[in-house]
Amino acid sequence: MEPILQIRNLTHTYGVGTPFQRSAVEGMSFDVYDGEFLGVIGHTGSGKSTLIQHLNGLLKPTSGQVLLRGRDIWAEPKKIRDVRFKVGLVFQYPEYQLFEETVYKDIAFGPANMGKTGEELDRCVREAARLVGVRDDQLDKSPFELSGGQKRRVALAGVMAMEPDVLVLDEPTAGLDPAGRENLMANIRDYHRNKNKTIILVSHSMDEIAQNVDRILVLKNAHVLMSGVPAEVFQRAEELISAGLDVPQVTRVARALRERGLDIDPAVYTVEALEKQLLALRKGGAAC
Amino acid sequence: MLKDITLGQYFPGNTVAHKLDPRTKILLVVLYIVALFCAKGIVTYAVMGLCLAVCVRISKVGLKQLVRGLKPVLFILLFTGILNLFFTPGDRYLVEWGFLRISDVGLRNAIFMVLRIMLLIMGTFLLTYTTSPISLTDGLERLLNGLKKLRVPVHELAMMMSIALRFIPTLIEETDKIMSAQKARGADFESGNLIQKAKALIPILVPLFISAFRRADELATAMECRCYHGGEGRTKLHVLQYARRDYIALLLGVLVMVLVMVLARFGL
Ligand SMILES: Nc1ncnc2c1ncn2[C@@H]1O[C@H](COP(=O)(O)OP(=O)(O)O)[C@@H](O)[C@H]1O
Ligand SMILES: [Mg+2]
Repeated sequence: MEPILQIRNLTHTYGVGTPFQRSAVEGMSFDVYDGEFLGVIGHTGSGKSTLIQHLNGLLKPTSGQVLLRGRDIWAEPKKIRDVRFKVGLVFQYPEYQLFEETVYKDIAFGPANMGKTGEELDRCVREAARLVGVRDDQLDKSPFELSGGQKRRVALAGVMAMEPDVLVLDEPTAGLDPAGRENLMANIRDYHRNKNKTIILVSHSMDEIAQNVDRILVLKNAHVLMSGVPAEVFQRAEELISAGLDVPQVTRVARALRERGLDIDPAVYTVEALEKQLLALRKGGAAC
Repeated sequence: MLKDITLGQYFPGNTVAHKLDPRTKILLVVLYIVALFCAKGIVTYAVMGLCLAVCVRISKVGLKQLVRGLKPVLFILLFTGILNLFFTPGDRYLVEWGFLRISDVGLRNAIFMVLRIMLLIMGTFLLTYTTSPISLTDGLERLLNGLKKLRVPVHELAMMMSIALRFIPTLIEETDKIMSAQKARGADFESGNLIQKAKALIPILVPLFISAFRRADELATAMECRCYHGGEGRTKLHVLQYARRDYIALLLGVLVMVLVMVLARFGL
């Protein structure tokens, strides 16, 4: 697989020259591959939001580079808008950015800025609305009449409608109830499956990350602590816990069972995998 | 970009300038402004400049921050300077260039006016840099307490001011966030003619107003839940108290003002 985004030694310092000076991202380097579902996890204040705002050029690196398909995104600062159409960013609590009279117009804002018109625009809007589960009869309503969860879906559709190559989501499920959370994640998974586009999901819920992503990037104090497939990352549970993070619930159960003497891989993170291991143990004749 | 506006920003610190009673600081700034308007010549301006420099030094506020505070008024400074420079009649003209003439008095006035505005702004900014908004309004409320007898709603005004000051940074942050979110959707605030630029503001203003009203609503509810009913019979958590350093500072302030007034009398 090709890296679509390459982050090279990225550093961002807020408030340079004031008493509040502080680096939120320090010397981060990693690659994002075409078509993958990458999870970024870290404690509050570890620099997740700062990091992702560099990926579409909303923030300019204090030092270091962001390469999109091998080209520095700041090579031509005048064309930074094109980068924003290729790397779509959904902010945390995006429902506060809605402003249009109707849901349809709000979703169309992004694609219209890209220069899409007529049928093409209509297709993008309707497809994005369908992907996030906004019904057709809701498209003509005012976005301010919707519930919080529905507003968030509309805001998400507003970025999806631009059909970016990379979709970056900053804690998309924060503040939703468990059903709404699972529902929204299912929509995002569908989008990933249908479109085959790269997704970067920022979250601080280990369970959400474990259930959805191909690869995990763990941040701690403005640095990359580790990266790898979920099984690799959850193997290092002690380090995660010392970074103020959790391991998925299933991993916690597996670790507890292991402490009681059962021969179980402590890095399992899905119910199915744990079940398989337990059944295998029972067949092997161990006391359970 | 928006965050560069340091207007009214407080830089926490532990210097004498931070520890002085807010009432003292407000009074000192008033004295400073009065003295500044009395200043006439090089000597008096030098005294004022020196005073400011000493206060800046004591407060440990960086010169950079102080100068950055001047950025929003750059236009006014330029305007005042140019107006005074070219349109003050005098006895002797240094430069004559068509209808534009620079007189000796004009040059003098331009320099002193610009200097006066700069000193004025830096002095008042020093107050807001070293005093938190809360203690600033607290001090103001106490200073104006006497006006309550004249039925001036001092407490309400102070409360309104502290709420406004409290929410300026929040609103700036919010504006920044909404701008970023709309930029991520390809909004373009820089190019286009005036009408297009004004139209580009709609995606920022609508969410901003909605969230400001929501905040106001939430704050009102929260205040009511805590039984807020105005200033009547309300006690303070931190009761302001003058210390010895306040008396010393006030004494010094009065001395400087008298000195400047006397010097100005002699046209210095
Ligand atoms: N606009 C800003 N100005 C100054 N400091 C900021 C700003 N945004 C974030 N920070 C600081 O940078 C650090 C990282 O913040 P952030 O990237 O939002 O972390 P996360 O999203 O992981 O919670 C925090 O300590 C935060 O206080
Ligand atoms: Mg964040």
